[in-house]
Amino acid sequence: MAVQSLSGGSLSYVQARQSDPLPPPTLVRGPIAWARQNLFSSVPNTILTLVVLYLLYLLVPPLVRFLFIDAVWTGADRAACREDMAGRPVGACWAFVVDRIGYFTYGAYPVAERWRVDVWFAMLAFGLGWLLWLKAPRRDIGAAYFFIVFPIASFVLLTGWRAIGLEPVSTAFWGGILVTLLVSVVGIVFSLPFGILLALGRRSKLPLVRLACVIFIEVIRGVPLITVLIMANTMLPLFLPAGITVDRLLRPLVGVAIFASAYMAEVVRGGLQAVPKGQYEGAMSLGLGYWRMMGLIVLPQALRIVIPGIVNTFIGLFKDTSLVYVIGVFDLMKTIESARIDPQWAAPTVSNTGYAFAALFYFLCCFGMSRYSLMVERRLAAGQRR
Amino acid sequence: MAAMAKQTSTTAKPATGEPIVQLIGVNKWYGEFHVLRDINLSVNKGERIVICGPSGSGKSTMIRCINRLEEHQKGRIIVDGTELTNDLKKIDEIRREVGMVFQHFNLFPHLTILENCTLAPIWVKKMPKKDAEEIAMKYLTRVKIPEQAHKYPGQLSGGQQQRVAIARSLCMSPKIMLFDEPTSALDPEMVKEVLDTMVSLAEEGMTMLCVTHEMGFARQVANRVIFMDAGQIVEANEPNEFFRNPQHERTKLFLSQILH
Repeated sequence: MAVQSLSGGSLSYVQARQSDPLPPPTLVRGPIAWARQNLFSSVPNTILTLVVLYLLYLLVPPLVRFLFIDAVWTGADRAACREDMAGRPVGACWAFVVDRIGYFTYGAYPVAERWRVDVWFAMLAFGLGWLLWLKAPRRDIGAAYFFIVFPIASFVLLTGWRAIGLEPVSTAFWGGILVTLLVSVVGIVFSLPFGILLALGRRSKLPLVRLACVIFIEVIRGVPLITVLIMANTMLPLFLPAGITVDRLLRPLVGVAIFASAYMAEVVRGGLQAVPKGQYEGAMSLGLGYWRMMGLIVLPQALRIVIPGIVNTFIGLFKDTSLVYVIGVFDLMKTIESARIDPQWAAPTVSNTGYAFAALFYFLCCFGMSRYSLMVERRLAAGQRR
Repeated sequence: MAAMAKQTSTTAKPATGEPIVQLIGVNKWYGEFHVLRDINLSVNKGERIVICGPSGSGKSTMIRCINRLEEHQKGRIIVDGTELTNDLKKIDEIRREVGMVFQHFNLFPHLTILENCTLAPIWVKKMPKKDAEEIAMKYLTRVKIPEQAHKYPGQLSGGQQQRVAIARSLCMSPKIMLFDEPTSALDPEMVKEVLDTMVSLAEEGMTMLCVTHEMGFARQVANRVIFMDAGQIVEANEPNEFFRNPQHERTKLFLSQILH
């Protein structure tokens, strides 16, 4: 039997004709089918769904009531936000935020000079937009603008220069969102290149370079950011010759940049390790030297792999900038902290409203970064699937 | 038929000229393990050498020493008159003249085929981009895939990728080409297209050192077949003689196992 079918070519599982492609089977669609499949597919799943729905029921309505329905939107002082004076239940006191938005944005920057900060915000947005918009024209000029022109212009604009008619403004008056963004941008812009150098150093063949990088990374990473900031603030001046003082705002800037670099170095190192050895060998066999091999072949691939980690570090850094308040720098959190205890706005919900505003600000910025990185990942992945 | 005749004539032509690669008493250790044991080999200009041997015999290590992807610890290696030392400048100089094709292609996945080919001419030879692209297209046409120039390596088949890798090396106009098992990672259907490319390269007189187990290729183009075992060159002979009349016991065993 078997012999016969083998020789005869009439095996039932050998397909004699090439079959035509068919469309896939139609799936059941619609919201009810979806819910049944995803929310109530089994008993545990159903219980989980119900528990989650109950938790949402407990949380969402009071939150909506506090933030929107009972919220006070206008008013000049605490009278608007006190139940006994307003004569109705009071939720979030947005009038307080509206009244103090200038302070939250600029800190104690002189009112007459605040336009300079506005120009700075615009310049920052312009530079970021140019760099982050992947299809923008001449991104090389954009980079030159952002990394060379913009820092110099920022310095002149914000600190002032009498010769061109800009009143000097001491950094002691800077505050609010201005300081939060400044510290974050400096931290982000410096941490990536320094982190890359540290990561390369840690994988270097030269033992001294490697040792120095390992010590730097491990020491900085093993110390809380608050400690780094306090050390930058109080100990840095001790190491400098008498008479030389470092600006009080520059100290946390340096501290944050150093701290973020150490974290970034480890993220980048992960990416470097993920690039196959063959890529290094391919580059070397073509005669590329170390820096070209790294810059043209290895780093573009390594950084692409660790985009999620890099953005994670950026987001962490952005939020951690709120710690600069411990050394007396007035970032957004600190301005809210000092505004909420102002007797003029002494009302029960003012503090919570201030915190809600801070939360909203931080969340929008971080969520934006997260979405942007996802978009970049998807774009880069589409270009070259392996 | 004409092609066959031409090949016979090129194989028959003895490789003349001065030695372009010389290995003199080369030794190498991986930790305690002695991979290369006193290797002496001289390759003349235009010569085509096929290196075979069991896995772990040191054949890849030997050719990787020639462009310093591996460092030898004893002995001398002289490539085109320059001795390989720790001098980074000399190493880069030699790498510019020695092309290498790897088992796993090692194309750069984030660059297009064309960019893969123009990268080294632009950055190492400082060639204007337009000239580099012209040369790249010339070699891509030679390996018969000019139409893939703007794709990424991941979109090509293994055989196509390996041909791109060959073109990429050729763009640097090397004097010597090293092949490290160029067909071992390919699907059987794609081996021939890569071998054909290598044969045509051999016909043009390129100096080639190929680690491969493609014995048909060895017969067709090699001037010499070298058999390595346990880090030593055990036997070297002209291909017909090598296959017909192996001298060493180890060679006989090896050939009996790969030629069924």
